[in-house]
Amino acid sequence: MSEQKKNSYPKPKLVPVPSTNIIPDRDVDKRPILECRHLGIDFGGLTAVDDFNMAIGRTEIAGLIGPNGAGKTTVFNLLTKVYQPTRGTVMIDGRDTAGKNTVQVSHMGVARTFQNIRLFGNLSVEDNVKIGLHNQMRYGALTGILRLPGYWKEEKVAHERALELLSIFDMQDMANHQAGSLPYGAQRRLEIVRALATNPSLLLLDEPAAGMNPSETAELMNNIRKIRDTFQIAIMLIEHDMNLVMGVCEGICVLNFGRIIAKGAPDDIQANPAVIEAYLGKQKEA
Amino acid sequence: MNKLKMSKTNRVNFATYGMVILAYIVLQVMGNAGMLSSTMKGQLVPICAYVAMALSLNLTVGVLGELSLGHAGFMSVGAFAGAVAAAALPIPSDGQRLAAAMVIGAIAAAVMGTLVGIPVLRLNGDYLAIVTLAFGQIIKSIVENLYIGMDTQGLRFSFLENRIVFKDGGRMILNAAMGVNGIQKISTFTAGFILIMLILIVIFNLVGSRAGRAIMALRDNRIAAESVGVPVTKYKLMAFVISAAMAGAAGTLFALGQNTITANKFDFNTSILILVFVVLGGQGNMWGSILAAAFLTILPETPAMRGLADYRMLIYAVILILVMLATNNPTVQDFINANFRKKKKKEGAAK
Amino acid sequence: MGLNTRQKTRCIALLIFLNHLLNGISLGSVYAIIALGYTMVYGIAKMLNFAHGDVIMVGAYICFFAVSSFSLPPVIGVLLAMALCTVLGMVIERLAYKPLRQATSLAVLITAIGVSYFLQNGAQLLWTSNIKMFPSFFSSQPIELFGGELKVSVAAVVTVAACIVIMLALTWFTGRTKMGKAMRACSEDKSAAQLMGINVDATISMTFAIGSALAAIAGVLFCSVYPTLTPTTGSMPGIKAFTAAVFGGIGSIPGALLGGVLLGVIEIFAGAYISTQMSNAIVFAVLIVVLLVRPTGLLGKQIREKV
Repeated sequence: MSEQKKNSYPKPKLVPVPSTNIIPDRDVDKRPILECRHLGIDFGGLTAVDDFNMAIGRTEIAGLIGPNGAGKTTVFNLLTKVYQPTRGTVMIDGRDTAGKNTVQVSHMGVARTFQNIRLFGNLSVEDNVKIGLHNQMRYGALTGILRLPGYWKEEKVAHERALELLSIFDMQDMANHQAGSLPYGAQRRLEIVRALATNPSLLLLDEPAAGMNPSETAELMNNIRKIRDTFQIAIMLIEHDMNLVMGVCEGICVLNFGRIIAKGAPDDIQANPAVIEAYLGKQKEA
Repeated sequence: MNKLKMSKTNRVNFATYGMVILAYIVLQVMGNAGMLSSTMKGQLVPICAYVAMALSLNLTVGVLGELSLGHAGFMSVGAFAGAVAAAALPIPSDGQRLAAAMVIGAIAAAVMGTLVGIPVLRLNGDYLAIVTLAFGQIIKSIVENLYIGMDTQGLRFSFLENRIVFKDGGRMILNAAMGVNGIQKISTFTAGFILIMLILIVIFNLVGSRAGRAIMALRDNRIAAESVGVPVTKYKLMAFVISAAMAGAAGTLFALGQNTITANKFDFNTSILILVFVVLGGQGNMWGSILAAAFLTILPETPAMRGLADYRMLIYAVILILVMLATNNPTVQDFINANFRKKKKKEGAAK
Repeated sequence: MGLNTRQKTRCIALLIFLNHLLNGISLGSVYAIIALGYTMVYGIAKMLNFAHGDVIMVGAYICFFAVSSFSLPPVIGVLLAMALCTVLGMVIERLAYKPLRQATSLAVLITAIGVSYFLQNGAQLLWTSNIKMFPSFFSSQPIELFGGELKVSVAAVVTVAACIVIMLALTWFTGRTKMGKAMRACSEDKSAAQLMGINVDATISMTFAIGSALAAIAGVLFCSVYPTLTPTTGSMPGIKAFTAAVFGGIGSIPGALLGGVLLGVIEIFAGAYISTQMSNAIVFAVLIVVLLVRPTGLLGKQIREKV
């Protein structure tokens, strides 16, 4: 990224500064939790994401939609530094994430779920959540091995906190089940709980409703709102279920071929001809 | 429900402690009553050492989920450091000298584990395994070319060529490929038992704590662990170094129960032998490792099995393959899962 | 030895250097042929076939018995070794590796180690651990260069020539033939290849067959240079050849050649100029450094884990 700047130093290419970011008006006085500027990544010769500009308000529920292969998950991977961006910046709560890795970005308050579920399958549900709580616990390995008082104290707090978080999705009774043996929907919910356990200020959900039936999806919608209201955090989600996206998201960003083709409120997006074209193909004049 | 599960993990742990204590008492009583053959008595310390090695490797393979093919290298470091320490330390009491030597062996192996681990643990899977193998070979090459002697001036070292000139009354301790000769056998079955108990306590308490969960998280899904902020290298290194230290202590225990040790004793074959114990006992299953290590060490020494001595390694190879095929084949796994589920349902119904 | 002679005259030192270089290239060519087997299998089946080195040993034994016990001509011995190793490689794949296609890499690696051990100990039972002196197939009269100052063994020339021929043939095979293209497709994306109508199982089996046939050739060539044949003959060159494959970039055929030759030269030079006892340790140190500095090897390409 900085190399790019150096290479083009003699004659800079001029690019428009993003000014089209949208966030809910209630968040407008506060610094956006996430701000991406000209974010882009190339895989070999292929540009997967390009010129991605976006801001998310501190308590916004934002949606990232687009046809298959548009680069949505790649954006998540860029935000969480699973991939290092080729170009552009990602600011979390006003702090630049350049040079940071996944672990450091997690410490900055970004948590995520995965499209292809990634739980700690051999561990119990409770342990999965406790690993999310890892950085809120302080005692060291030696305290753990010697079972000093710090171990008992913090483990008790963690246990209670884990059950409390699981109760958001009514999963406290499953605490001792092996995570890998849970039904699919419960695994998706557990991933959200684990992400929440890290105490994030921005929660990224990658297709949270995939594989859920309509009633489960409706429940998930309520829970997403509930999470935002309880924790007062921003949530960004990738989803193909348009009922969920249009029902729960406040600002929506549409991606096609790695570029943003539209931003706006659900109603605007539904009426946007570019979006309809991206999803359904170009319609002949009737 | 939660209490029940907690006690279930604890039950397995306490059963393992109990099993080890019981085995110790029974063997001790049998030994005192003269019911053990001299071969069996001679095997007690090596058995303890191999059990400790299997537990230590199981921490790397079963809990961390990485394959170390150079584990015998750490045993070697512990064995030679411990043997040199036992020969050099001016402690009159055998027990205290053994304890001190084991601590030194463990520290030496832990230092080596750190040196090896810092670069190696950036790798994953097959590459990590092959690099640990390479390090095992390098450690063997180094020991085979190292000369350590002692005179009134203290310890003297020489590498590749023996350039040690002793002042007065000096003697060689480690003579390169010839190894260490005339070791005073100070290792005891009791010391082995204590070492195994300590290792079990460390592993069980680690696994049940924050650091242990982080290590297992890396095993189950590295990317997810990173996404919730678990630093990968730190915990990988922690597991690796603890495992190396345990192997070092086991190496000292082993060395001080032999007359002679050479670097050859801790080659790739030994690493594989210990891997067989871990795989047969079950990855992550500590009591399995203990049983597998103990039985596979005694079995070849029993008269009935002597005839099969030639086939021993061949049988181990078949064990490795069959256990892997059985535990990883989808058909077999479905069968196991089906039975496991049934069990769970029964438990649920009982409640 | 090298150090002492070097002091005498620069000329002799240079000739000795060239001699070591040629020995290194010759040894490296053997490593390169073995490395091909690793690299192709790793590229397609994504597994480290730990038993590959032991197939070399089996190939050498077959050739040894064919020539010394049945007095067959060396060429027939080599062909027989290739044929039987091909079958062996395919049988190993079918019985031990195929059931584990979906298993973790840890499980597959442990199985491969088991197979390696099985072959070594099976060979020990069948043929005992006594050293067999491998017959020399090539003229012991070296080729003389610079008026007899520089002597090159025929075996070395044949080894390098065999290596070059095999490389060219494989490059042609993977680039031009239908099966070769299927292999490349499988190494890129197995499920996509399957959707295109490629028989993935057959392709993987074919890869093992080719790798094992090459291992047989490598076994004969290796034993022509180092004629002491034991059941563990294959394991060290096997591990070193894997190092070579990683060095050159796993999955890359030119990489195997480059890595093999470099490793052979490093090994001979390390033994000649640094320390004979430590030459293996130095080779392994090279492996470690390569993996840390450039895990994808010299000519390898980066593979991303899909998230």
